[in-house]
Amino acid sequence: MTAFFQNLGMSYDGAWLLSTVIGILLIALPLMLAVAMIIYADRKIWAAMALRRGPNVVGPFGLLQSFADGAKVFLQETIIPSAANRTLFLIAPIITFTVALISWAVIPFQVGVVLADINVGLLYILAVSSLGVYGVVLAGWSSNSKYPFYSAIRASAQMISYEVSIGFTLISVVLWAGSFNLTEIVESQKGYYGLLNGHGFNPLLFPVAVIFFISALAETARTPFDLTEAESELVAGYQTEYSSMAFALYWLGEYANVILMCALNAILFWGGFLPPIDWAPLYYVPGILWLFAKIFFFFFVFSWVKATVPRYRYDQLMRLGWKILLPLSLFFVFLVSGFLMLTRYGGAQ
Amino acid sequence: MIHVFAFYLFAAIVVCSGALTILSRNPVHSVLWLILAFFNAAGLMVLLGAEFIAMLLVIVYVGAVAVLFLFVVMMLDIDFAELRAGFVDYLPFGMLIALVLLAEIVLGIGIWSAGPIELAQRTAPVNPELSNIQAIGGLLYTRYIFLFEAAGIILLIAMIGAIVLTHRARGGVRSQNIARQNRRRPEDAIRNVNQPIGQGVEL
Repeated sequence: MTAFFQNLGMSYDGAWLLSTVIGILLIALPLMLAVAMIIYADRKIWAAMALRRGPNVVGPFGLLQSFADGAKVFLQETIIPSAANRTLFLIAPIITFTVALISWAVIPFQVGVVLADINVGLLYILAVSSLGVYGVVLAGWSSNSKYPFYSAIRASAQMISYEVSIGFTLISVVLWAGSFNLTEIVESQKGYYGLLNGHGFNPLLFPVAVIFFISALAETARTPFDLTEAESELVAGYQTEYSSMAFALYWLGEYANVILMCALNAILFWGGFLPPIDWAPLYYVPGILWLFAKIFFFFFVFSWVKATVPRYRYDQLMRLGWKILLPLSLFFVFLVSGFLMLTRYGGAQ
Repeated sequence: MIHVFAFYLFAAIVVCSGALTILSRNPVHSVLWLILAFFNAAGLMVLLGAEFIAMLLVIVYVGAVAVLFLFVVMMLDIDFAELRAGFVDYLPFGMLIALVLLAEIVLGIGIWSAGPIELAQRTAPVNPELSNIQAIGGLLYTRYIFLFEAAGIILLIAMIGAIVLTHRARGGVRSQNIARQNRRRPEDAIRNVNQPIGQGVEL
């Protein structure tokens, strides 16, 4: 796109800036729309599994429910507790929301359709997702209230614990793909057994995909790991004191993160924008549709888990993270690197 | 143009937030300014073309170290009067450290501006076609493998030391044994007793 604006007689810097801004808008605006619809989908799936109807009043089939909620929240008053640390209280939701959006810069939607095609893409995602905890921690501390504070403490311990196993699962994938660039990782998944696209079909990487999925649930604080907002103990967790748009920013950020984790599942293990079967006619379907289908599939699994699995106790959460997922993911790093050493890189010399 | 603008933006924020780290009264604010400084230092490294180091700086320092640091500082019961009480006592010592640091910076800049240093063993020239990660990995796992492993062992020892120092075995804790719970069958837990009326149950 930069070249297009340069042809219109702009300088390189100006053209670059303009095309980047347009690229950001092209990702962020549909993402916000997707978040609104995915909240609706989440509620519908959840309701169907509980034999309820779910939202069905606003618009046809209740499709406009999220927009009605958004309008309602937008018109409400923002209440700031008098004992709160005012600046940090307002910055915290902005951090969560921003962090949830900026990871999308490196997600490839198609070959070449990516805002920033950097060669440390996966590390960038890891770095940005590790920033997400600040929104929660700051909210908990600045609210100056005890339940948000408990929630902040839980959140920071939980996210650090599960980031370790996420890091190790990513290393297994990177070892196999030989690159940190997300487009190259997707391209490396082509043609397992000359038939299937996706690292998930590799028997060595399938368990890693399962570990990543569980860690992704914990990283986005979805059920069964939603201890940061366990309503039976902590009212609403870190967002107890929030109202109006500040609350809505948490809401949007949380679901944007969920979609991101679904996209990562699709991109790292299930072939991203490649069709699931390596068969020529399937490549006529645009890759972005395959990616969206996979994202929605994983989102369905996220909702499914939310509707069926009860919440963990905190010590069980820590046990699962440190004593089960961490050793397992480390074991698979050894296994994958050992296998590659023996086969791809010419054996032990 | 954008590069220059970005450099001055990042550099100015690093300097300001560094100053605010030591100037702000509230320790939590100090940690937050420190995090901002880390983050913008990572931005400077991206401008230098060291994107791998930049990402590691964010992942390790901002994402892990600073979170734990914030975690501890948040839980402090902050008494501002007490914080400032020891200021005069520590002033001479603080001045001494500041002087040493100043001398080192002046010396460092002096040597740097005096011209290139002929080190006894220069590092291997880096192939410009390699990406950051490959170049660093190539050096770290071949030429500096022993230093790298030594660093790993030192960290491992530090970790074990911290665990040994802080771990205490508490008595009377009924920890959950999930495997035992799963092995448990109704036959082990339930006993049908045909109880004669008017007597207590023998369990």
